[in-house]
Amino acid sequence: MSDPIIKIQNMNKWFGDFQVLKNINLEVEANKKIVVCGPSGSGKSTLIRCINRLEEHQEGDIIVDGSELSEKTKDIEKIRAEVGMVFQQFNLFPHLSILDNCTLAPIWVKKMPKKEAQELALDQLKKVQIDDQANKFPGQLSGGQQQRCAIARALCMQPKIMLFDEPTSALDPEMIKEVLDAMVNLAKGGMTMIVVTHEMGFAKEVADEVIFMDEGMIIEKAETKQFFANPKSDRTKLFLSQIL
Amino acid sequence: MQILNFLKPNRDNIKNYSIIGSFLVLVSFIDVISNAFFKINITSFLPGSLTNLFPLILGFIGLNMMRIDYSGNKNLDLLNKNINTNNFNALLTLLILFSIIKALPQSLSWMILDATISGDSKDACTGTGACWTYIKVWFRRFMYGMYPNEFHWRINTAFILVIALGFVGYFMKENLKKYLALYYVIIYPIIAYLVIYYLISGGSFGLQWVETGAWGGLSLTFIVSFFCLIFCFPLGMIFALGRRSNLPVIKYISICYIEFWRGVPLITVLFMSSVMFPMFLPEDFFMDKLVRVIIAITLFEAAYCAEVIRGGLQSLPRGQYDAAKSLGMGYWKMHIFVILPQALKLVIPGIANTFLALVKDTPLIFVVGLAELAGMLALAKTNPKWLGFAMEGYIFASIVFWIICYAMSKYSYNLEAKYKTER
Repeated sequence: MSDPIIKIQNMNKWFGDFQVLKNINLEVEANKKIVVCGPSGSGKSTLIRCINRLEEHQEGDIIVDGSELSEKTKDIEKIRAEVGMVFQQFNLFPHLSILDNCTLAPIWVKKMPKKEAQELALDQLKKVQIDDQANKFPGQLSGGQQQRCAIARALCMQPKIMLFDEPTSALDPEMIKEVLDAMVNLAKGGMTMIVVTHEMGFAKEVADEVIFMDEGMIIEKAETKQFFANPKSDRTKLFLSQIL
Repeated sequence: MQILNFLKPNRDNIKNYSIIGSFLVLVSFIDVISNAFFKINITSFLPGSLTNLFPLILGFIGLNMMRIDYSGNKNLDLLNKNINTNNFNALLTLLILFSIIKALPQSLSWMILDATISGDSKDACTGTGACWTYIKVWFRRFMYGMYPNEFHWRINTAFILVIALGFVGYFMKENLKKYLALYYVIIYPIIAYLVIYYLISGGSFGLQWVETGAWGGLSLTFIVSFFCLIFCFPLGMIFALGRRSNLPVIKYISICYIEFWRGVPLITVLFMSSVMFPMFLPEDFFMDKLVRVIIAITLFEAAYCAEVIRGGLQSLPRGQYDAAKSLGMGYWKMHIFVILPQALKLVIPGIANTFLALVKDTPLIFVVGLAELAGMLALAKTNPKWLGFAMEGYIFASIVFWIICYAMSKYSYNLEAKYKTER
């Protein structure tokens, strides 16, 4: 057993008076794929946004790749550069072409030479099969293509961990598959992934562990097979019966 | 309006109706035109006030008769869709057109037909129309103020140089493009300042010194607007970012700055800059009045720019910030590459608005004794030899300002179209 790459201990978070995350404990080992599911408003998104500190937690420790996240963390950018994130609304930069979207951060954050960054970007775009769209702008692409581009953009930073925040929730059913395919390929490549999703088929296929959250708490955390075959808590059973 | 419904055409009789209708409209226009241009009143047989209303009523009935949804006639459809949509619009259209036609002959004869432009003294102006001779004689003063006539080439050369330097960005090599912003924000203003200082002020290189009090006219308008525009934009950007900062000190300094300058009238700021400000300076320290005025207007307009830019920053979805952060960009990288390019694009109309207001605010520097175009007019109209031509002067100034402002707004439309992106 190697040291966990993400370690969350007794983490609590409030939005004003409202406690969104309650006493979260989570360890993720390198190369593991974790799927987080649960009803909306249960704090799944907030949890993974805390992992690259897009949200600040108030209590407890979050340790990502050996560095603790806190107000004192000076080089939070360095940690974020190693944690890629894919959003529900894609969040591509609409004023830049697909290629520039992918090369912007490598060039300016990692100081990669422009040519090298472009080669890398084209390589990543090819993996998600949109290298032929490289010179178009995000507004000209379909939702599925945009989301695949967002995945490629995150991968161009060569992150150690990838976070997915409901990557298929804003897509048409037809486009969900192409995005999931890209994610499955990525999983097979050995990336550490934390995926918030309602796609249980995806969870069954790639996840090592599934976490069920409700009302800001981790209700159940189990290996994938066991989670679906033999859920322990009643709340999980109820959720699964409705979603499957 | 129900009464008029018997005049409503349908698809079967539209042909007759449209012929009668257009005939009525035509008659109404002939009546107004003959009235206005040839002083012939073809409806003189009607009693007093009805004579004036007659074309309106006739045209109104005519348009009403022609109104049908799908007539099949292309021109008629076009007319009905755009100006003849309902009774109110028809009436409004007729009123506006008739007013223009009625006002045309008088203004034409005053401005052009009866106007004088020959001669070079007031005696030439004997006609009843405008005296453009006045503008002709004073033209150099309106352009260059009290600047000595023999040195006007210095102003012209300086302006051509500054404009030429402004176009450098277009011809810059691809690999130098990343320094473009640096050039326009820092280097260009410095070069422009040096060019204007050494050429227009003179005092070295064998050029005679001309103090800024003698500068004036349209060239001064340009100088003041130019420097205020290029300085107030970056300054406004800094305060816009400052107001959104997480650091309380920076945030409250920015808020205080913006609210202070937005709360005081420009005219008091200008007074302060020329009267109060020198009192706080050490005695041997001298700052030219023009420089003080430019600084004052810049600080003033920067507050407005800041709020306009802040509007743009706020309209960006939070996801853009999240995405930039998640890629490991820090505050400055995120703003320079992701946020500002998008926000500034959104605020082009607002910024153009502020800039136009700035150009039109420059006449206020008259209160501290600097006479740009409108200021020179005020001086010229009180000249004993040329009393009574204020009207011509103000029309001239309006036209000049309109051309400048229209050019600026056109340019802003171009920029908008150029940087338009789909979301």
